[in-house]
Amino acid sequence: MPDTRTIDVEVLRYQPGEAAEPYTQTFKVPFTDDMSVLQGLQYIKDHLDGSLTFRWSCRMAICGSCGVMIDGVPHLGCRTFLREYFPGPIKVEALSHFPIERDLVVDAGDFIDKLPKIKPWIVPKEPRTLAQGEFLQTPAQLERYEQFSHCINCMLCYAACPQYGLDPKWLGPGLTALLHRYNVDSRDGAQAERMDLVHSEEGVWSCTAVGYCSEVCPKAVDPANAVNQNKMASAVSFFTRFLKRGD
Amino acid sequence: MKRSTQPPLWLLFGAGGMLSALIGWMLVFLTGVAAPLDLFGVRGMLSYENVLAFARNPIGKLFLFAVVALFMWHAAHRIYHTLHDFGVHPGPVAWLSCYGVALAVTVLSAFRLLALGF
Amino acid sequence: MAIRRTYVRPMAGWWKRNAFFKRYMAREVTALFVAAYALVLLAGLARLSQGHDAFEQWLDGLRSPLSIAFHILLLAIFVYHTYSWFTIMPKTMAPVVVGGKRLSNAAITGMGLAASAVIGIGFFVFLKVLAA
Repeated sequence: MPDTRTIDVEVLRYQPGEAAEPYTQTFKVPFTDDMSVLQGLQYIKDHLDGSLTFRWSCRMAICGSCGVMIDGVPHLGCRTFLREYFPGPIKVEALSHFPIERDLVVDAGDFIDKLPKIKPWIVPKEPRTLAQGEFLQTPAQLERYEQFSHCINCMLCYAACPQYGLDPKWLGPGLTALLHRYNVDSRDGAQAERMDLVHSEEGVWSCTAVGYCSEVCPKAVDPANAVNQNKMASAVSFFTRFLKRGD
Repeated sequence: MKRSTQPPLWLLFGAGGMLSALIGWMLVFLTGVAAPLDLFGVRGMLSYENVLAFARNPIGKLFLFAVVALFMWHAAHRIYHTLHDFGVHPGPVAWLSCYGVALAVTVLSAFRLLALGF
Repeated sequence: MAIRRTYVRPMAGWWKRNAFFKRYMAREVTALFVAAYALVLLAGLARLSQGHDAFEQWLDGLRSPLSIAFHILLLAIFVYHTYSWFTIMPKTMAPVVVGGKRLSNAAITGMGLAASAVIGIGFFVFLKVLAA
């Protein structure tokens, strides 16, 4: 039997029909050193309180479902280990800057609604037939966008971004990184349309370079870089747009 | 979508931030610490005659103007946005206070520097 | 059907919640002191144009213990500004490729800090030579 220790998990709970405000409930969770916070939540649901509500799926840091605040820091529950917080207590809360739906589930509607606005797909520069074959890319061309393609839409960066928390009108770090991923993909030709979003107040100009988004990103996407690179591009375009048409 | 009007102000912020990051600390050290305490013989460096000659030189004049004006534009932009971070909803009064002061300082310093002549 | 009533948590005091945010606020607040120093210089310019005695009076003011203490504080804050500026600068840049490899954030920050040291000291030496 592997060494089992116990840790107090303080969960911020909220049930819309019942109390008006969220409240903290503490659970004593026995854990082994290989157990993640997600597994701790699953233990609570299976053995202590079946009403605990939270999202999860792959439990291997690729689906982006299990984002939570752990001691005030955005984390993927499946990739954070209870042993790191021993002796605890460990505070688990729904992702910041999103309205709480129930317990650890947030209303991600804002993110989902904005996703199609950035056109997250390749818009070919010219119409292309199947007969023309596949696009070819050099390793250098791949490198330009590859890190930004690693985004798993986990929204930890939104939970990290105080500007998003203060004003959810802004596109946000993750979606700007995804927008940038397509803009710098050599196969894509829709830069002008996407830049319209970038140039607006709801685009990059809401960002004040806090940089916490890149700190918390579990996939090293570096959304802060995507946003702030585009600030320079947007600033230059502000002046050069009168020089060439169609910018 | 409506373009943001921030870019020119952000570029001024950047220029001022870069200038103050590169040379600000040395200027503060020279004028505020070294000259008053006469460290490294700096006291003599900042005499009326020397500073006047520096300010009358076209490049020296430009340097002083850049430092005073750009430091203010950098500060104005950052202070305006930090008000928002502190939860103060920055309206037109805040905007004018921040950027208006920067403009005033720009005009004043230009006036003073030009009045010193060449 | 279950009731839906989402709960929005307040943002007040957000920056006190962790060390990263506190450092960010410290960085932002340096702007107040950058402005303060610019105003000190503006005052000096005004005194300069009022003639020898007025300028000497301004220099005397700078020699007061209060002014020296304030400028030592300013110096520390300006140094923090330099450090925080070059720390965030790599985030604002497109990838810089040197000899086939991308320049790391740490390398860019290091180069910025080195540039500040060189330019600062170079400026001091330049003034010394000028005054001689």
